[in-house]
Amino acid sequence: MNYVIIGNAAAAVGTIEGIREVDKTGKITVISEENYHTYSRPLISYWLMGKVTDKNIYYRSPDFYEKNGVETMFGCRAVKIDTASKSVVLSDGNTIPYDKLMVATGSKPFVPPMNGMEKIASCHTFMSYDSVKAIRSEITEGSKVLIIGAGLIGLKAAEALNEYKADITVVDMADRILPSILDVRAGSIMQKHIESKGTKFILGTSVDEFSEHSAKLKNGATVDFDMVIIAVGVRPNTELVADAGGKVERGIICDLTQKTSLDDVYAAGDCTVSHDASSDTDKILALLPNAYMQGEVAGRNMAGVETRYVNAIPMNAIGFFGLHIITAGSYDGEEYVEENGNNYKKLVFKDGLLKGYILMGDVKRAGIYTSMIKERIDLKDVDMEMLKDRPQMMMFGKARREEKLGGIFR
Amino acid sequence: MKKVYVNEDWCLGCHLCEFTCAAANSGAPDMIKAFAGGKKPVARIQIEEGSAVNFAVQCRHCELHPCVKGCISGALSVKDGVIVCDEERCVGCYTCVLSCPYGAIVIDGAGHKIRKCDLCTQNSQGEPACVKACPNNAIVFEER
Amino acid sequence: MAINYLNPLFEVVRNPDRCIKCRVCERQCANEVHHYDPDLDRMVADETSCVDCQRCVTLCPTRALKIRPNENQFRENGNWSQQIMDEVYKQAGSGGVLLSAMGNPREYPVYWDKILLNASQVTNPPIDPLREPMETKTFLGKKDQSIHYDENGKAVYEKNPYLELDVPIMFSAMSFGSISKNAHETLARAAQELGTYYNTGEGGLHKDFYKYGANTICQVASGRFGVFKEYLDTGAAIEIKMGQGAKPGIGGHLPGMKINEEISKTRMIPKGTDAISPAPHHDIYSIEDLRQLVLSLKEATNWEKPVIVKIAAVHNVAAIASGIARSGADIIAIDGYRGGTGAAPTRIRDNVGIPIELALASVDQRLRDEGIRNNISVVVGGSVRCSADVVKAVALGADAVYIATAALLAMGCHLCRSCNTGKCNWGIATQRADLVKRLNPDIAYKRLVNLVHAWDHEIKEMMGGMGINSIESLRGNRLMLRGIGLTQKELDILGIMHAGE
Repeated sequence: MNYVIIGNAAAAVGTIEGIREVDKTGKITVISEENYHTYSRPLISYWLMGKVTDKNIYYRSPDFYEKNGVETMFGCRAVKIDTASKSVVLSDGNTIPYDKLMVATGSKPFVPPMNGMEKIASCHTFMSYDSVKAIRSEITEGSKVLIIGAGLIGLKAAEALNEYKADITVVDMADRILPSILDVRAGSIMQKHIESKGTKFILGTSVDEFSEHSAKLKNGATVDFDMVIIAVGVRPNTELVADAGGKVERGIICDLTQKTSLDDVYAAGDCTVSHDASSDTDKILALLPNAYMQGEVAGRNMAGVETRYVNAIPMNAIGFFGLHIITAGSYDGEEYVEENGNNYKKLVFKDGLLKGYILMGDVKRAGIYTSMIKERIDLKDVDMEMLKDRPQMMMFGKARREEKLGGIFR
Repeated sequence: MKKVYVNEDWCLGCHLCEFTCAAANSGAPDMIKAFAGGKKPVARIQIEEGSAVNFAVQCRHCELHPCVKGCISGALSVKDGVIVCDEERCVGCYTCVLSCPYGAIVIDGAGHKIRKCDLCTQNSQGEPACVKACPNNAIVFEER
Repeated sequence: MAINYLNPLFEVVRNPDRCIKCRVCERQCANEVHHYDPDLDRMVADETSCVDCQRCVTLCPTRALKIRPNENQFRENGNWSQQIMDEVYKQAGSGGVLLSAMGNPREYPVYWDKILLNASQVTNPPIDPLREPMETKTFLGKKDQSIHYDENGKAVYEKNPYLELDVPIMFSAMSFGSISKNAHETLARAAQELGTYYNTGEGGLHKDFYKYGANTICQVASGRFGVFKEYLDTGAAIEIKMGQGAKPGIGGHLPGMKINEEISKTRMIPKGTDAISPAPHHDIYSIEDLRQLVLSLKEATNWEKPVIVKIAAVHNVAAIASGIARSGADIIAIDGYRGGTGAAPTRIRDNVGIPIELALASVDQRLRDEGIRNNISVVVGGSVRCSADVVKAVALGADAVYIATAALLAMGCHLCRSCNTGKCNWGIATQRADLVKRLNPDIAYKRLVNLVHAWDHEIKEMMGGMGINSIESLRGNRLMLRGIGLTQKELDILGIMHAGE
């Protein structure tokens, strides 16, 4: 069997490990535009902070490809999938034949057209090892940085640059931060926390026009900068599949085995559309765990063992300046909220199930809540007071505890 | 594979497992030194106390290991069936805390890292310290 | 508030260099002696409620704790000891009877410790029990009086019911109620593994333990708690309890707060009511009355089970035993004044009854003198503390011994003698679910089996030294005993010579 993987991040690694769970010998080729051993994209901010070394940014050990019998083609760009001849065409014109193909192309930063952008002296995105290396080479103590976008990426960039004592301003069109994962209240607690560390926010407005070292905002204010970081969002890399005639909506459409609408072509990770089991809707779940697990499922299917990827839900674990957030599921339903200083808890119930939660500050044992959402555990079977108090196994009945924890020996 | 199991019928909630675990993984030669000077080494096993029932929870080393699959830094891996954490590589993102259905991943707030049970395979205990410490045989290390 | 005249009996000594403030002591003390003080950031102790059960000391992971007698002293007085004075203060405060538990702790003579064993030297050489067979199997019950033969010349035996013991040691009566369910399970499982018997006490038999029936002695006491046909049928033998060494002449009292659901079911009394065993059996005022009960119980169980009559060792024990031997009972159990209890009035425990060694010697002698020794087996209890005590008891004439305090020690009891409070930190003498759970029968029964195995080894060693290879040859063999430091009167009662004679 000849497996070809386009991409080299979490979904690709998941695919390799998924294939190798089943097929120890088939040929695997990884095609990657980036010229790096597989590295963890979320670690780039930690690298920039100096919390992760060059050695530790890698997602797998240096002998990963060798151990798994993977041939790598780094610095190669795939430009076309030829489903008729079952081959991938590279930018240099070479073709790589496949029996099973994985498209794990991820996403790219979305850079909206803005007036005067071309004049900006130093403009970056925040998505790749190369991008943070470029930022690192330019940043100096006291640099003025304008970050466009108060989402996960923009704020991770802010946290990292704070290590350089940069003067940071974050501008976002929305009137609150982290709208994708936090509600209004939690967003405001986090905003205050980040502000207390020195980062400034200008919300509810956007850039009217850039000049070389300053931006005029639509609300009339002007922000001077030495560097701009654009972090307004990402777009899935779906072109290869779309061009080959595969079904693509907001991302690549896959079935539960992660196969695309094209024969023998699979996809996983940020370039695909997932089914959110908590809200029963289709959406892009651009999360590393999701990417890995989709990749692993795809790998097993590619190697001939039918496996389904179910129970995916949106979830995030992230922290800014030492204040941690864990969230999961969807927020449509009856709410239970507790707040105490920087500790914030919101539980969302609907149809007799826990549907989603936000934990900020005290995030201990959040996974117990996550499992309740994923496994759709009936609230009738748990002690609600304990559930509200904190995540704990005690809230389940004895039978379920025994099943989960290994049970009584007798 | 031999794993640690807790029988809640016999767990007294005495917390000896926690303190023994914390000391065993602290690198200190004995418990007194591990806690000397107000140090608070973190236990990888946690007691849940109820009005009538107590039990300890630690990593089940489950076959699904969503913690390993979700780990963004590659710090978590499976070695001979045991889920281990390379603490040097952990960045404290807590994705594993988000993923673990048992709530078995422990947050070391001081270090902004996670700690987890590795069945004492990475210290000098030989066999899980919590099992040896349990005064009532509520914690056992066995094949099931 | 009035003056509290009572000083704490003990002092909690905590080594601050070793204490890591893990609070295990706090969680493990049902008497709530230890506390963590967050302001001082250290552990503190309220010693007034400490009973010196040693639970905290034993579980402290850094061995930071010691419990010592309180060194505070009243002015010395050879007559008015501090303890006597404390008891006066206590009663002046409460107006009540003093209660205590376990056996008489006073410094009366321990005759076991004044008796020495013999060993063979040149003639009748000693036997090495590791090389040669050594028999400690014991049968309890009426022995055949004479040998009969059928027409073919084959011996015909009387069909007397008996108990067969692999070791001459049984566990004496402790009721479910006075001890926990887990303690009962421990005794039952150990008895089964050891090939011996445990005793339900007067609390009936929990349904869960019917499966150990073949190793169970079912007691019938003055309260008749839990006694019904199925109960009698389940056990291997029936014991009529006339008296108890720790509190001869009085009954028993299990307070209503200990009568929970399970105990209520087992004792067949309403939940929460006091379980009061009267001092006498209200249907027994003579040996003839006793005989009626013995025979009734035999009739009720198809004459298949031996009947034991248990009495406390009191002044005229020999005459009483003689009567019991004629009552139709198969076994007499005698309980000495050091025998334990879950609760007894202190004055009774400490002042009533006689030593088991003397009682045993006089009973055995009396039954021999009257030619009825083979009518009945003699079992003694009331502080048999070690294998040497067992050997001495057998040589004084006992067929087997009952142990209870030693069995509880094997389970973790530290003889704090506070069973009556119901807050046993070792999970033995308590019905509080959180405390009962501390005694895991899986661990405890193995310890108890270990103890009896160890004693059995030692008994064999001592027998071997005397050149005896069967416990039957040791029984009543008082030539193997010598007294030391005893008066002629004591030697006469014990029926032994003085060392050197």
